[in-house]
Amino acid sequence: MNIYDFTGLTQSIHESLSNSLSPTMVTVVEFTIVALIFMTFFTFLGLVLVYAERKVAAFFQLRLGPMRVGFWGTAQTIADAVKLVMKEPLVTKNADKFLFNLAPFIVIISTIMALGAMPFAKGLHALDFDIGILYVAAVSSLGVIGILIAGWSSDNKYSLIGAMRSGAQLVSYELSVGLSLLTIVVLAGSLQFSEIIASQEAGWWIFRGHIPAFIAFVIFMIAGTAETNRGPFDLAEAESELTAGFHTEYSGLKFSFFFLAEFVNMFIIAGIGATVFFGGWMPFHIGDWSGFNRVMDFIPGIFWFFGKVTFIIFMMMWFKWTFPRLRIDQVLTLEWKYLLPINLVNLLLMAFIVLMGWHF
Amino acid sequence: MTLNKPLEDQEYFINMGPQHPSTHGVLRLLLKLEGEIIRKVEPHLGYIHRSIEKMCEKDTYIQIVHLTDRMDYLSSHINNEGVCLAVEQGLEVEIPERVKVIRTIISELTRLSSHQLWWGVMGMDLGAITSFLYGFRDREMINDIFEETCGARLTMNYNVPGGLMFDIHPNFQQRTKDFIKHFKTKLPEYDQLLSNNIIFQQRTKGVGVLTREDAISFGATGPVGRASGFSNDIRKKYPYSAYPQVTFNEALDDVGDCFARYSVRIKEMWESLSILEQLIDNIPAGEFKAKTKAVIKLPKGDFYQRVETARGEFGVYIISDGLKNPYRLKFRSPGFSNLSVIDKISRGAKIADLVAILSTLDLVIPDIDR
Repeated sequence: MNIYDFTGLTQSIHESLSNSLSPTMVTVVEFTIVALIFMTFFTFLGLVLVYAERKVAAFFQLRLGPMRVGFWGTAQTIADAVKLVMKEPLVTKNADKFLFNLAPFIVIISTIMALGAMPFAKGLHALDFDIGILYVAAVSSLGVIGILIAGWSSDNKYSLIGAMRSGAQLVSYELSVGLSLLTIVVLAGSLQFSEIIASQEAGWWIFRGHIPAFIAFVIFMIAGTAETNRGPFDLAEAESELTAGFHTEYSGLKFSFFFLAEFVNMFIIAGIGATVFFGGWMPFHIGDWSGFNRVMDFIPGIFWFFGKVTFIIFMMMWFKWTFPRLRIDQVLTLEWKYLLPINLVNLLLMAFIVLMGWHF
Repeated sequence: MTLNKPLEDQEYFINMGPQHPSTHGVLRLLLKLEGEIIRKVEPHLGYIHRSIEKMCEKDTYIQIVHLTDRMDYLSSHINNEGVCLAVEQGLEVEIPERVKVIRTIISELTRLSSHQLWWGVMGMDLGAITSFLYGFRDREMINDIFEETCGARLTMNYNVPGGLMFDIHPNFQQRTKDFIKHFKTKLPEYDQLLSNNIIFQQRTKGVGVLTREDAISFGATGPVGRASGFSNDIRKKYPYSAYPQVTFNEALDDVGDCFARYSVRIKEMWESLSILEQLIDNIPAGEFKAKTKAVIKLPKGDFYQRVETARGEFGVYIISDGLKNPYRLKFRSPGFSNLSVIDKISRGAKIADLVAILSTLDLVIPDIDR
């Protein structure tokens, strides 16, 4: 058993609230607490990930990155955030003002909704639907509507081209993300995040699922990077082609919403990857080595989760700072002619393996 | 802002530049697009025109040399050399061997630094920002050499008609040798990071194909022409300075696409390194400047000198009427002719391809506008 279980904590908070408040009020108060925690976490994640990205990029590029503000530049992102908040929110003259102002919120809402389904540790889980994976896939694909609206309403041809590319790309790669996750769902036999994690007690699916699980992970990484609109799939922004793509005309806080959403989306993709392929908060166990397993159990689940997420995020940053950008037709070719057929065959293969009981 | 013909259905136009990250300066391209596909590219020039040729008519020959730095600033030394050679041709002075060798060494260092910058920017244009800083790391060493010997890092003004402004710094040879040693280990890294990358190859192979006939008829020189199989290296065809005494291969390719232009430049970097190795230990002793009069007057007549800059053939045409400044002066800049192929080779390509094409043409806008 995992000794770092948050179920007791959340249960006791719920009970103490129930004792003093009516059931409706309990729900309202609990919703507020969770919402506040997630808002804070969202901002915190943004700040940390931006700093991490700048440092990782700097080390790939033989430089030091931010060093001046705070110890090793740790306060740099806070300074940047303050600067962004104080900037003038510009709107282009012929922009569709309502849609222009709406777009960043759609993007950020979809991100927060997906973040809500992340299983951080045992019992530390805001939404645990029995269709968890389906839910995350659904809400995270809402973000593309925000991007399309942003590109359309900006009254800028560069933005429009960026939004058009982004629409084509995200809709395509949604398929690959879904199918590669389904491959593991077939193994785990559930769509619920907590069940998927529980099924990996004896070992993570990436190790136990034979080669199909590994193929699914590689496809998931490629498609996940494309989903977050990051390099080498950052065609929607494509700085050297479209100046900044769909958010060319945005400034100040609204720009920072797009910016934050990109980084938190990266966290979400990494979180899903860690949960489905690497067992989420489940410690690393090797078969019957009970001594080893016991030691691993002493590391809290939340550290396991964030450690795995950090690993995947680092890989995504590695991609971005190494590879050149693909062209739009190559992006679509890669998805429809390679990833999708491989994925379908892989899914069948996995189903066959599960049917024959060949997995570990 | 209008196009010559009205737009057809589904077509729209877009202004790429004068302020755009991938035009590397103030070049303005008017694109006619259909979706993402380019139907027509119309370069509009003149945003950085400074009438350098007209200014030259008022200046003495020594002053003209300094103005040429401001054209192709990445080949500033080679531009200076072109003017100096043209003036020396008119003066009919004997240039010391030492000067010739030093000029050649610095020309090749200039070519290397220009290609390093191009390589970095090429990666950046295609979205691999890391290569930019790798290119700059190696370029920094060359800039340090220049700073020590010439006193400047970019616009060196090291040449004067008749020779060099001053002798080389005592550290020059050692630092150049250090650089050669360093860069020989780093140049294979360039291949690892970009040339061998599958995404990079797919982005550049078969994109923006320039045929040999087109290269010749548009006057595309330098690596752009050579990638199409048009052998046009001035260093081979009309050798000047110390080029007759070194052996090197002209980097040629016959495909003519972006990847060919890319690999020609990479090959040129290897050739430049080999030229440097041949010359760096063989700098003859002697004067660093031939005796010239304080006020240089060219005899009546016209003088033409061509040199090979990092971008191609750079020509200096001086018409003198016997005074201390030229009657008329014309520069043939390689960038202008190379830019003219852009409409031909980018029709039917995508916007992302245009960025790759622009990048492999290696344009320096002040060189085009002058």
